[in-house]
Amino acid sequence: MLDGKKDLLGLRELRAETIEKILDTAKTMKFILNQKNKKTGHLLGKSVVTLFYENSTRTRLSFELAAKYMSAFTSGVSAGGSSVAKGETLIDTARTIDAMGTDAIVLRHGMSGAPRLIAEYTAASVINAGDGMNEHPTQALLDLFTMREVKGGLQGLKVAIVGDIAHSRVARSNIWGLTKAGAEVSVGGPATLIPAELGRTGVKVYHSVQEAIVDADVVMGLRIQTERQKSGLFPSASEYARFFGINEKRLALAKPDALLLHPGPVNRGVELSGAAADCEQSRVNEQVTNGVAVRMAVLYLFTRREDE
Amino acid sequence: MRLLIKNGRVIDPKNKTDGILDVYMSGGIIEEVAPGLDYSGADIEEIDAAGMIVAPGLVDMHCHLREPGQEYKEDVASGTKSAAAGGFTSVACMPNTDPVIDNVAVVEYIKARSKSAGSVNVFPIGAITKGLRGEELAEIGALKFAGVAAVSDDGNPVSNPALMRRALEYAQTFDLPVISHCEVKELADGAMNEGYMSTILGLRGISRAAEEIMVSRDILLASATKTAVHIAHVSTRGSVALVRRAKQDGVRVTCETCPHYFSLTEDAVAGYNTNAKMNPPLRTEDDVQAIIEGLRDGTIDAIATDHAPHHSDEKNCEFDLAKNGIVGFETAFSLGMTYLVAAKALTVNQLIEKMTAAPAEILGINKGTLSVGRSADIAVIDPAARRTVDVSAFHSKSKNSPYDGFVLDGSIVHTIAGGKFAVRDGIVL
Repeated sequence: MLDGKKDLLGLRELRAETIEKILDTAKTMKFILNQKNKKTGHLLGKSVVTLFYENSTRTRLSFELAAKYMSAFTSGVSAGGSSVAKGETLIDTARTIDAMGTDAIVLRHGMSGAPRLIAEYTAASVINAGDGMNEHPTQALLDLFTMREVKGGLQGLKVAIVGDIAHSRVARSNIWGLTKAGAEVSVGGPATLIPAELGRTGVKVYHSVQEAIVDADVVMGLRIQTERQKSGLFPSASEYARFFGINEKRLALAKPDALLLHPGPVNRGVELSGAAADCEQSRVNEQVTNGVAVRMAVLYLFTRREDE
Repeated sequence: MRLLIKNGRVIDPKNKTDGILDVYMSGGIIEEVAPGLDYSGADIEEIDAAGMIVAPGLVDMHCHLREPGQEYKEDVASGTKSAAAGGFTSVACMPNTDPVIDNVAVVEYIKARSKSAGSVNVFPIGAITKGLRGEELAEIGALKFAGVAAVSDDGNPVSNPALMRRALEYAQTFDLPVISHCEVKELADGAMNEGYMSTILGLRGISRAAEEIMVSRDILLASATKTAVHIAHVSTRGSVALVRRAKQDGVRVTCETCPHYFSLTEDAVAGYNTNAKMNPPLRTEDDVQAIIEGLRDGTIDAIATDHAPHHSDEKNCEFDLAKNGIVGFETAFSLGMTYLVAAKALTVNQLIEKMTAAPAEILGINKGTLSVGRSADIAVIDPAARRTVDVSAFHSKSKNSPYDGFVLDGSIVHTIAGGKFAVRDGIVL
C-alpha cells in the first residue's frame, strides 16, 4: 500500500509527494544494485507474477530481476502459453493468479484500462507494466529518476517529448509525472501523432520538433511504430526521419548539457539518427539500470501491507 | 373490460389536448375523453388519477429486443415488460437480430412472439440490405407486406452511397420510412468520443465527423431524390445544425436523439466505465447543449431509447472489448423529465409529443394519441415523484445502464396497452 493504494495503475492518479517517495526509495534501491551482493530481503516470502499480453523483453526482465534481487518468488505468464489462449477472460485469469497467493501481478496489456479492471478483483497489488495507449508508469518513473539524478531536481526543468504522442503510454505517464513535479513539458511531432486537446493537460504542443526542443534540459524521443504508416499517420520512415527525427543538428537546439532519453528499443535512423543515439548526451543505458531500481521501489512500496 | 380514468391531467399533444379530463375505454378502444364522465356498472373499473398525467402510451421508434438469437441479453417477453415499466406501449425493434430481420419468416416470428409473450405492441423494423451487409437491398416490398414499420441497417451504415440512394427511392415506393445509422466506418475506429477524455484515457477516439459526414450525405441524397430520410441517434452539434438547415431548405428529413445524448457527456467514461460506451459515443457539454436546443426548436423530432441490452460479461471486460449500448426503456421518460422539463428546456407536453405522436407519425403507425376510436394505449405518470434508479430492479434481462443511483423525476404509475394493464400501481404484471 502506498498513499492508500494497493495498485500502481498510473501516474495520473498519484500525488506529487507519492511520486517523490517512490523516487527517493529508488535511490536506496540503486545503491543496493551497485553492491557486489545484490540480495536484499525486502520481498522475502512474497511472490510476483508477470502477466504479459504483449511481447516485451526489457520491461519484463527488469521487473523479474527487481523482484529477485529483493528475494521474491517470481513466475511469468505469457498470453500465448496459457489458458489465455483458450479464451479465458482477463478477469478470470487474474482471479486465478490471485488465488495462488500472489502478492503482486505485473500486467502488460494492449488495451487501456486493463490493470484497473483486474485490480478490482484481486487482493494482490496490480502493477501496470504498460496498458494500451494509457500509461506506463514505471517507465516514466525511471525517466523522472534519471532526470532528477542528473539535473538535481525536476522543478522548472524543460522537457521536450518528441514523436508519436498519440499512441504512447510512455508519453502520457511522463506528462502526468513531470507536470505534477513542476517541470515544463513541450511536445513535438506531426499533427497526426498528437492526440486531441492535449494542451489541456498543461503541456505546450508544437508541430515542429525544432520548436519543441529549443532550450530543453531533456529531450525524449519516442519509438515510432512503422506499422502506423499504413493508417496514413505519416508517409514513410524516411520522411518521418527527415522532418521529425532527432538528429545532432536538432539536438543542438537544446541546452548544451541537455540529456537525451528514449524508452527503447530505438529505431535507428527513424526517430533517432545513429549519431544522436550514440551521442554523449544519451542516457539510454543509464535508464535501463534505473529501471530496475525504480521497479524494486515500486514492488516494495505497493506490496507492503499496513501490518508490516 | 371497461375502464374509466378520472381527474387526471390529460395531455395528448396530437390533439392539442391538455386539461383535467376523464378517459373512458371499452373493449381495448378509447371511447370518450371529456370532463366529468360518469359511467356506472359492475364491470367498470374506475381509477383516480388526480395529480397524475394521463398521456398516450409512449412510443419508442428505436430499440433492440435481441430475439431471435440473443435471448441471453433480452427477449420479447422481458423487453416488452421493461418497455411497459418505462411507460411505453409501442416499440419498434431493430433488425440486427440473429437471423437478421431481412425476410418475411423472421418478421412473422417476431409478430407471433409479441402476440404470445409481449406486454406491449411490437413493430419490427426490417433490414435495408440483406444480412445488414450493405451489399444488396433486402426484399423491402415483402418486408412491408409482412408488417415492418420501417427499414434500417442500424448498427451499420449503408456505406455505399449509390446503394443508399436506391434504398431511399425503393422504400418510398412502398411508403416505408428509412432510418439511417449515420457513421463513416473508416473514421469511427475508436471506442469513445475523440477529445480530451480519449486523450487522457488513452482510448482511440471517434471524430464527430464520422457521424456528420454521413448525416450530410443522407440529407443530400434525400434532397436529390426527393425522398424522406430519418436520422437515428443524433449526437453532435454539427448533426443538429445540418438537419436544421436541411429542414429550412425543405428536405424531408426527420431525426431522433436518445436520453443519454442530452443527459451525459464523455466525462461519464472516466474510470473506463463500459456502461458509458455506446455508438455514437457520448460527446461533450457543448454537444449536449446543441441537442437540447435542437429538441427545443423542433430540429430533433423524436426521442428514442436505443435500448441495447448486453450481458454483464459483455460489459465487465476491457473497455475496447465491451459492447456498445445501454438499456434505456426504464429511465427514458424520467431522464426527459429531469434533464429537459425540470431544466425548463421543454414543457412536459413537448416531451410527451416527442415520445408519442412524433415517432408514431414518422413510422406511420396509428399510435401515440388518445383519439377516440384508437387502441387504448395509455401511460399514467406521477410527475411529482422522485425515484432513485436501481438497475438491479430493472425488468430487462440486462442491467447495462450508466444511471444506477441517479435520482430522477417522474415515475410510471400505470401502463395500459390495448386496454389491458401492463403496469399497475408501479408493478409490472
